[in-house]
Amino acid sequence: MTLIDLANPTRFLTLTARLLPWLAAATAILLLIGLYQSALAPDDYQQGATVKIMFIHVPNAWLSMFVWGVMSLAALGTLVWRHPLADVAAKAAAPIGAAFTFLALVTGSLWGRPMWGTYWEWDARLTSVLILFLMYLGLIALWRAVEDPSRAARAAAILTLVGAINLPIIKFSVDWWNTLHQPASVMRIGGPTLDRAFLIPLLVMAVAFSLLFVTLHLAAMRNEILRRRVRALQMMQARERPA
Amino acid sequence: MSLGPYASFIVTSYLLVTAVVLILIVWIAIDYRRQKERLRELDASGAIRRSGRSAADIR
Repeated sequence: MTLIDLANPTRFLTLTARLLPWLAAATAILLLIGLYQSALAPDDYQQGATVKIMFIHVPNAWLSMFVWGVMSLAALGTLVWRHPLADVAAKAAAPIGAAFTFLALVTGSLWGRPMWGTYWEWDARLTSVLILFLMYLGLIALWRAVEDPSRAARAAAILTLVGAINLPIIKFSVDWWNTLHQPASVMRIGGPTLDRAFLIPLLVMAVAFSLLFVTLHLAAMRNEILRRRVRALQMMQARERPA
Repeated sequence: MSLGPYASFIVTSYLLVTAVVLILIVWIAIDYRRQKERLRELDASGAIRRSGRSAADIR
């Protein structure tokens, strides 16, 4: 099956129906393994047991940016290639991305209070992630405000691509400015600085959350295709109805 | 497993993530049911897709 085949929503629905049970099972298994390893991970010599928050905070933070990246690719698909599923993919991803960003902010805040002595600080990393969250909400509001999906698609795609400027700002904010937030310790030149006892559970949780995103995204895309099918049929019926 | 003096922060974090993920799953599942129900209603009212398939044929 090629990418062109997936441009057909009907073929996409058939493929999704086959994939979803396997993806859901793989996600559940990996999440259980990750949670088990997180529970067994030793305390950090400085942070104590609060290091366990890292195993859920970091995957959510990575995904908050990754999902916007996926939406940006989908936005290109809408504007350049006019792929029929591109807008469906972007619209379905937005609430999931917003949820991951919300969780990154709140778990970061709950980690920050015992470690930094404050729930919130208006520094570059925290503020840029808060802006990302607000951009997700803005996009969701835009899709809900415009009734015709094709009209909303173009505006949302442009807004998504403009918002992508925030991704490198989030990533490099800890290098460009003085922030309370620690610098990158996994995705950095020279390799991770984390000990294997923390790195392995973190990577397992990251893969598990990534699979969770793929599963939820495919399911939400399926719903969006069905919603558009309902809308098209309702409009067809309204046109055929005698005046 | 002892979570030390900051146990409430750790437990709250994990419970919150669990709650939000469950809400996402339930929301998507309810939305799927709702769309299928609407397609069934349209099928019952005689609506047919351009492909000629019935509205309720989710393929």
